[in-house]
Amino acid sequence: MKVVVCIKQVPDTKGGVKFNPDGTLDRAAMMTIMNPDDKAGLEAALRLKDQYGAEVTVLTMGLPKAEDVLREAIAMGADKGVLVTDRVLGGADTWATSQTLAGALRNMDYDLIITGRQAIDGDTAQVGPQISEHLNIPVISYAQNLKIDGDSVIVERQYDDRYHVLKAKMPCLITALAELNEPRYMTPGGIFDACKAEITVWGRADLKDVEDSNLGLKGSPTQIAKASDKVRKGAGEKVVLDPSEAVDYIVDKLKVRHVI
Amino acid sequence: MDFTLRKEHEMARALFKEFAEKEVKPLAQEVDETEEFPRETARKMAKNGFLGIPVPKEYGGQGCDPLTYVMCVEELSKVCGTTGVIVSAHTSLCCDPIMTFGTEEQKAKYLVPLAKGEKLGAFGLTEPGAGTDAQGQQTKAVLDGDEYVVNGSKIFITNGKEADIYVIFAVTGMIEKKGRKIKEISAFIVEKGTPGFGFGTKEKKMGIRGSSTYELIFTDCRIPKENLLGKIGQGFKIAMHTLDGGRIGIAAQALGIAEGALERTIAYTKERKQFGKSIAAQQNTQFQLADMATKVQAAQLLVYKAAMAKATQKEYGFEAAQAKLYAAEVAMEVTTKAVQLHGGYGYTREYDVERMMRDAKITEIYEGTSEVQRMVISAALLK
Repeated sequence: MKVVVCIKQVPDTKGGVKFNPDGTLDRAAMMTIMNPDDKAGLEAALRLKDQYGAEVTVLTMGLPKAEDVLREAIAMGADKGVLVTDRVLGGADTWATSQTLAGALRNMDYDLIITGRQAIDGDTAQVGPQISEHLNIPVISYAQNLKIDGDSVIVERQYDDRYHVLKAKMPCLITALAELNEPRYMTPGGIFDACKAEITVWGRADLKDVEDSNLGLKGSPTQIAKASDKVRKGAGEKVVLDPSEAVDYIVDKLKVRHVI
Repeated sequence: MDFTLRKEHEMARALFKEFAEKEVKPLAQEVDETEEFPRETARKMAKNGFLGIPVPKEYGGQGCDPLTYVMCVEELSKVCGTTGVIVSAHTSLCCDPIMTFGTEEQKAKYLVPLAKGEKLGAFGLTEPGAGTDAQGQQTKAVLDGDEYVVNGSKIFITNGKEADIYVIFAVTGMIEKKGRKIKEISAFIVEKGTPGFGFGTKEKKMGIRGSSTYELIFTDCRIPKENLLGKIGQGFKIAMHTLDGGRIGIAAQALGIAEGALERTIAYTKERKQFGKSIAAQQNTQFQLADMATKVQAAQLLVYKAAMAKATQKEYGFEAAQAKLYAAEVAMEVTTKAVQLHGGYGYTREYDVERMMRDAKITEIYEGTSEVQRMVISAALLK
C-alpha cells in the first residue's frame, strides 16, 4: 500500500507574518511549522505504516527551504520526501497549487492521498478536493477517523452535529482534520536519518500534463486586493464608573448591539 | 572554528523543547510537591527514544551523538531538573558502562531494553563511607560456584526504586599496588527482583524531589557470574570512566536549570513594576541579567565542548570536569540571583525559580563535588 501525504510549510504564528509587495506571503522571511491538519494527515498515514506496512511519501510545494518540513516528516517516520520547487510556480493560489501537486502526483504511485483539510495561512480547504478533481479520483473531506477495508477506505466525515461514515474504493483522496489524532513526535534517531535522507526535487519540467497557464501567480485566478497582518482596532471607549453603575452601562451597551 | 549547530542538532533541540514544554513543564511543580517519580513522563520519553539517544541503533538506541543527548538533558532540565536527571542517570551511568565494557551477550540482554526504554537503569557506587573516596567501599562480592554473593549497601541512588537494571560496584578482593594493599573493586550488572536485593529508605531531598533516590541493600544476593561487567578488578576504572560521561550529563542538567531560571527572570523583570516602571528598566536588574546570561553562555560552550570531546576523544575527563564544575556553579549563582530578582515572590513555591534554586544545589555535589572537579582539573594541569 502506498500513501502520499501532501504537507505544507506554513508561517508559525508565534513568529509574526510578513508580506511581499504584491500581497503574497514572504515565506522566506518567516518562521515556519508543518500545517497542523497536514500533520494529522501524516500521523494517519504513519499509523497505516505501523499497521499495514504502508509506504509513506510526503509531497510539498514551496521554496527550497520547504525541504525542512519534508525532513521533519521523515524524522516522524515517513519513508520519502518530494519537493516541488521552481520560480515559475511562485505566488500560486489554490488552483495553481492543486494543479502543481496533481502534476507531481501523476508521476507517483499511490493508493491513498492524504491532505490536511486546510492550511492555517490560507484557510481555504480547497487544495485537497481540487487535486482529486484533477486526478479524477474520489475525495472524502473532513476525516475524523479512517480505517482500511480491503481495497477501500472507510472514513468518518465530520459534520456539524454528527458524522457520516463513507466508504471509497482506492485510489482516493482524504482531507484530514487536526482532530483526527495526536501526531507523534519526531525521534532523535529519526532526525539524524532525516538529515541524511535524499529529498527528490522536481521543477516545472517534471510536472505531468499541466498547462503553463495553470501555474504560478499567472495561473492563479485569485486576486489579492490587500493584505495586512493585524486588524486595526479603534481606540475604544473608556468610561470610569462605580461597579453598580458599570453593570447597567455594559448591559445597556450589549442590548443596543443585540448581543443580549 | 564554527559555533553553528548542524541541522540535526537544531531539529533535535526543537524536538526536546517542544516535548519539555508540552509534556514536562505542566507537571514540574506537582512532581516537586508530591515527590512522586514522573512515571508517565518516563514512559513517554521511552516511547520517543529519549532513553537511548547516544546508543548505536544495533543496540536498540537512536544512534545519535553525545551532543544530542546533552541537549535533551538540557532542555528537560530547563523546565524540570528531576526529569533531566532521570535521563542522565539512565543514559550516562547505566547504558554507557554496559555499552563500553559489556560483552555482546550483556549488551543484547541489558543494553537493548535499556536503550529502547523498556527498562530503566541506575548506578550504585556511593556508600555511607564511600563517596568521593571510592576506596572506602564496603560492599563485597564473593565468588561461590557460578555466582557472586553480594553483601552491603549503596546510598543516594538516582532512579533507585524505579530502575530495572543496575550497574553496581563491590570489593572482590585485595591487591597490591605500588607496594600498598588496596581493595580490588569490580563492577556487576544486577536486575531488580534478584533474591537478596532490596531497597532501604527513600531520601527526603532539598531538590530534584521527584527523582527516586533510594538505598540499595544486598543481603546474600546471588548474581550470575556472567553479570560481571568488564574484567575482575576493573571496577574502579569503569566507575571513573562512567563518571566522566556522567559529569557531562549533570553539567547539561545544571546548564538547563540555569537557562530556565534566566528565561523566567527575564520575563518576570519585564512584568514586575516598582516605582512606576518595570524592574527590568533598573540598571541593577540589567547588569544582573547581563552577568547571568554571559555565564550561562560560557557554561553552554564548556558543556557542548565536553560533549564533542566525548564524541571524538578517547579521554575527556578534563573537559567533563571543567564543564560540570562551571555549569554547576553557574546554576547555583544564576538561580540564586533569579530568586533575588523575583523578590518575595521568588521565595514562594508559586514561582519556578524557588524550585530551580533547590534543584541547582545538587549539581555541585553529585557525580563528583565541585571540589573533586577541581582536583581532577588541577591534577591534569600539574601532571
